[in-house]
Amino acid sequence: MTVAMNNETIINRPRSGALKWDLIGIIVIVVCAALGYVLFPDNLALLTRILAVALLVLSLDLVTGYCGVATLGHAALFGSGAYAAGILSAHFGINNPFLMTFGGIIAGAIAGLFCAVIMLRAHGLPQLVLSIALIYLFHEFANKASSWTGGSDGLAGIMPGPVFGLYEFDLFGHTAYFFGVALLLIVFVLLRILLRSPFGLLCRGIREDPLRIRAMGASPKTALVKMYVISGAVAGTGGALSAISTQVVALDALSFTQSAEALVMLVLGGTGSLFGAIAGTLIFMLFEDYVSAANPFHWLTMVGALLIAVVLFAPKGIYGTAVARFSRRGEGSQ
Amino acid sequence: MSALFEVTNLKRSFGGLVVTNNVSLSMAPGDRVALIGPNGAGKTTFVNLVTGTLPPSSGEVRLGGETITRINAIGRVRRGLVRSFQVTRLFQDMTPAEHVGLAVLQRDGRAGRLFGNFLSMPDVMAEVSGLLEKLGLAELSHRKVSETAYGQQRLLEIALALALKPKVLLLDEPAAGVPQSDTGLIEQALDDLPKDLAVLMIEHDMDLVFRFAKRVIVLAGGSIIFDGLPADVTKDARVREAYLGSYANASHVA
Repeated sequence: MTVAMNNETIINRPRSGALKWDLIGIIVIVVCAALGYVLFPDNLALLTRILAVALLVLSLDLVTGYCGVATLGHAALFGSGAYAAGILSAHFGINNPFLMTFGGIIAGAIAGLFCAVIMLRAHGLPQLVLSIALIYLFHEFANKASSWTGGSDGLAGIMPGPVFGLYEFDLFGHTAYFFGVALLLIVFVLLRILLRSPFGLLCRGIREDPLRIRAMGASPKTALVKMYVISGAVAGTGGALSAISTQVVALDALSFTQSAEALVMLVLGGTGSLFGAIAGTLIFMLFEDYVSAANPFHWLTMVGALLIAVVLFAPKGIYGTAVARFSRRGEGSQ
Repeated sequence: MSALFEVTNLKRSFGGLVVTNNVSLSMAPGDRVALIGPNGAGKTTFVNLVTGTLPPSSGEVRLGGETITRINAIGRVRRGLVRSFQVTRLFQDMTPAEHVGLAVLQRDGRAGRLFGNFLSMPDVMAEVSGLLEKLGLAELSHRKVSETAYGQQRLLEIALALALKPKVLLLDEPAAGVPQSDTGLIEQALDDLPKDLAVLMIEHDMDLVFRFAKRVIVLAGGSIIFDGLPADVTKDARVREAYLGSYANASHVA
């Protein structure tokens, strides 16, 4: 019955309202950010960390959700951005937060290019293995290049200057938080534009059928490399935010664990949607924070149980399933 | 030699097995050629060799005077050699408008643009709606492909190929799997193909072959055993032998 309704209600008209959804997205992010600021004024460090990781998960969504490339090494891009921003400050005295962020973006993009060139030579399982190999190599490289990265002690001595020369990165993390929210908003808007561009359409086609794309005269590989570079820039932004807000970069930023967690957050929220990526990060990290404080001994068990529940009962992720449920109900009531 | 599309002594063997053996054919603009043959005749291999998915053991493929034997599949599409697929390969999550829009953008070299939406590009949309209208898909322009009927998907497959403005079009069983009630739509679409386009159709349905083709090529055992008028194909002794006299019923078998 719903199918019949469906055919009648969807008329000959493009799925418009993209701008409306952009606006709604921006409003939702701003409202959530304001709520976080009001409700958890003492926990802005966690919220800022969520913002940084959300950028990593968004970046992962670009290659995994929108292009169908599964990777367990995406933190390589995030970590490269973090180290680049950190090294600029700690070794070169470049403390302007915008320049540091820019450095992170460039480093992330370069790391993205590097990973793409290696990973896109394979498909499926071998590709996944290559991604794991890459994250180990990045991790080991950062570990061994300790004169630059601080190795396992972490990179310290990062001292970002005030934003616009006015707002110092204070002890309570106010500035870092607003800086992070601004970065996330900018990235969100740019990605919305990107995803409905001709290139975004091409990438959706590649995810569904690369052979078909070839038969249309386009090279899936070229497009994927390009998307990887863009994804690297986004992850690098997150890395830079992490370095600027915490003023240290640890090897964890470049770890397999961070990569795998990012994938978990993406699946939790729902792949192939910017809202899903952000929602997944928020839910996972808040849940992790809450549960680990409530029960420090069994929190990982509970995180595992949550994941199993989501994958079994909401295979499209929490956001994806909510949208599907909501739109079905909307049709039924019409 | 001013043939638009020319295949010379094309040969491909897998190990000791020769699947395509010295196949030669040439086509001019506006040609309507049907390629038929019993199962295992090497039709699919021939299509793969011509489109560049499979490298030939020897022989040459030329398009518009240029040798394209060493050019990959993507390069051949860009030069105007376009194929459709036997089993529809469409993007289930995308709309017909998005399919054709992407093809138009790709043809014009704009598919890499990082901003703008083709829905608000008047030139692209004019072409998209023109093509979809021509194939009777205008009503479905903005509905997901997964919600459309199979016959409509086959029409979209043709629209997609046409959006690339091909010089030579390879139609791989354009009517396969289409219910009898919808074959009329496919036939109409085939009749309406641009007049200067060279079309090579691979088809089992003999009704469609006789209706569409001005020339029939029969492939059997990897070699061309007949190349001539549709009227003569049924009289040819070698063709009868290849099909064991069963081709008259081929449409019902398929």
